[in-house]
Amino acid sequence: MFEIVERQEMAEGTIISNWIKAPKIARKAKPGQFVILRANEKGERIPLTMADTDPERGLINIIYMVVGKSTALFKTLKVGDSYQDVIGPLGQPTHLEKVGKVICVGGGTGIAVLYPITRGLKQLGNYVYSVIGARSKNLLILEDKMRAVSDELMICTDDGTYGHKGFVTDKLKETLERDKDIALAVCIGPVPMMKFCCKITKDFGVKTLVSLNPIMVDGTGMCGCCRVQVGGEMKFACVDGPEFDGHQVDFDELSLRLRSYLPQEKLSYEQFLASQAHVCSCKT
Amino acid sequence: MSTENKAPEEVKAAKKEKIPRQKMPEQPPDVRRKNFEEVPYGYTPELAMKEAERCIQCKDPRCRQGCPVEIDIPGFIRFIKEGDFEGAIRKIWEKNSLPAVCGRVCPQEIQCEGLCILGKKDEPVAIGNLERFAADYQRLHGRDILPPKAAPTGKKVAVVGSGPAGLTVAGDLILKGHEVTIFEALHAPGGVLVYGIPEFRLPKEIVFHECNYLKRLGVKIELSQVIGRSETVDELLERFDAVFLGVGAGLPIFLKIPGEHYIGVYSANEYLTRSNLMKAYDFPNYDTPIVRGKKVATFGGGNVAMDAARTALRLGAEHSYIIYRRGREEMPARAAEIHHAEEEGVEFLLLTNPVRFLGNEEGFLTGVECLRMELGEPDASGRRRPVPIPGSEFTIEIDTAVIAIGSGANPLLTKSTPGLALNKWGYIIADPKTGKTMKPRVWAGGDIVTGAATVILAMGAGRLASNSIHDFLTYGW
Repeated sequence: MFEIVERQEMAEGTIISNWIKAPKIARKAKPGQFVILRANEKGERIPLTMADTDPERGLINIIYMVVGKSTALFKTLKVGDSYQDVIGPLGQPTHLEKVGKVICVGGGTGIAVLYPITRGLKQLGNYVYSVIGARSKNLLILEDKMRAVSDELMICTDDGTYGHKGFVTDKLKETLERDKDIALAVCIGPVPMMKFCCKITKDFGVKTLVSLNPIMVDGTGMCGCCRVQVGGEMKFACVDGPEFDGHQVDFDELSLRLRSYLPQEKLSYEQFLASQAHVCSCKT
Repeated sequence: MSTENKAPEEVKAAKKEKIPRQKMPEQPPDVRRKNFEEVPYGYTPELAMKEAERCIQCKDPRCRQGCPVEIDIPGFIRFIKEGDFEGAIRKIWEKNSLPAVCGRVCPQEIQCEGLCILGKKDEPVAIGNLERFAADYQRLHGRDILPPKAAPTGKKVAVVGSGPAGLTVAGDLILKGHEVTIFEALHAPGGVLVYGIPEFRLPKEIVFHECNYLKRLGVKIELSQVIGRSETVDELLERFDAVFLGVGAGLPIFLKIPGEHYIGVYSANEYLTRSNLMKAYDFPNYDTPIVRGKKVATFGGGNVAMDAARTALRLGAEHSYIIYRRGREEMPARAAEIHHAEEEGVEFLLLTNPVRFLGNEEGFLTGVECLRMELGEPDASGRRRPVPIPGSEFTIEIDTAVIAIGSGANPLLTKSTPGLALNKWGYIIADPKTGKTMKPRVWAGGDIVTGAATVILAMGAGRLASNSIHDFLTYGW
């Protein structure tokens, strides 16, 4: 069992941060790697890239958005509760090196995945531009942590309630135009965001890393559920990734496969919400 | 005909032919195709004793030569005949720690039963059914007993993978007094026995019971440990005297035709893992979903393909097709599995090869375009090579496809283990007699050495490796 020792609600309770006791994983994990979690015996195996680790205290940090039954079930876990399984670290770590100037772009919970990579790039002595965005000010996460590891931090909100009004792609393009020495871009967030970021960086000829989040089952290369087309070849995100050269990824196919279980996910979530509502009405 | 120039056993066989082979009662096909419960019910004690009566107790039993783990077959059958079912299980445990599994999934027709002398004129003794009976009787009605264990040696062995090879190694070495820890990547022990073989062929409760038997003997099982990531083999070697690698051949092979990304196209590994390990057949009671196709095509002709096609029926398919590029004779599945599939209504489209998958704008699978084949000259495998018939393209409407054309070597562990020698397909090179790899203190066996094979062959490899590991721990060689 893997106990939750710290828990924080972010973005008006739509995003949750957990620090989980998992000493073996905390010792091994590197930026870019993920874990698979299962809340209980009947639960799905949910892959989440680690947002941080604390090897001394034996803790790992995951940050997730509540989007369906499984994440809603995760949200019910309080400090002192445990996940039944946490498996990892899985996937390839990010290849971190000093290249000079880099730009790190994150959207939504993608910022959580981006943070340890950004910190790693900064620690190696790179000059780090960061662009983070959300739909609205109250949905933006990890601003302070990102600021601490960036030389320049730019903020975008879709509705203009904070920072630049518009998408992260605007600031990405502007920065690439302004500074021609940027040698690497790391873009992590919703699939459409990564797709459009890659279009821009391709025009500027800047190498770009993305971190993909396809549906997985085992996470060890056994089932092939997370297959993605990269440079015309079939790759498994769980063992070959989750990071790939963004200019080679077929994002449209990834979007399509992410919709595999929409009807089932809806049914499962509705039943769960109904069962939660029932619990509440019984208590009153 | 005179009996004079016959071997004495054949004479005895002739005398014993009066009792026919006892059939195991099973669920009728039209009932079982709608549920996930086990197909055969198993022998009653009466049926088992009657079947045991048929064994003529050969002095030099050929059946035993056909058993990869060398169970004393006439020995345990004699106990059943006498009604001493505890004696029977004790006899089996001397050589096999997974009898409830083997009794169900071993291909007895090409092993023990294939060599049974009765089979020359009549049907062989139902050895598999009797083994299953002995194990089931012990589980359901037996006393809480365990086989004797040797005195502790203080030596420690790590077993990577809890499939049939790993469980056999663990069972053997714990009885010889060594400390054994199994590391399993998934959240449940059993490997292919839990993620691959469906409930209706091997109930998971039985696998867990066999694993619990090992735990009661003192084997430690650490779940959710992905060796190669959580810990490396070199790190295990710092803590253990010997390491056995039995990680299986868990890499799905795809058809490599256009449209494999459509929603509804599965590898057999994924389809079966969702249904078996994650219990997606019980969605939404369990959280993992699966596409419940109405028209399902499974590609391939092996046991895994039969398992997938029969699972599809139970998930509500109106049509469950097996699409195979060769003919019926060339299908590698066991005859009994093909027979069960056919009885349940699986439709076989033989000499048919898929060319591309078709999908709609939302990305859902809608069909598969196929070519008809004819058989040409034999190829390297000795089977006649299928050759496409030009212009024979046709389309089959389907909403789910399961690709069951085999599996390869998963590189996750081998890539992170320097010093192992691999063959050109990525399988570990190990001595076929001992399981020794090129890396000191590391043994390997099962599908990660041979490529995808059967449960019992993996167990046989586990047996050879455990003997060699025991020699090494005891004598240093």
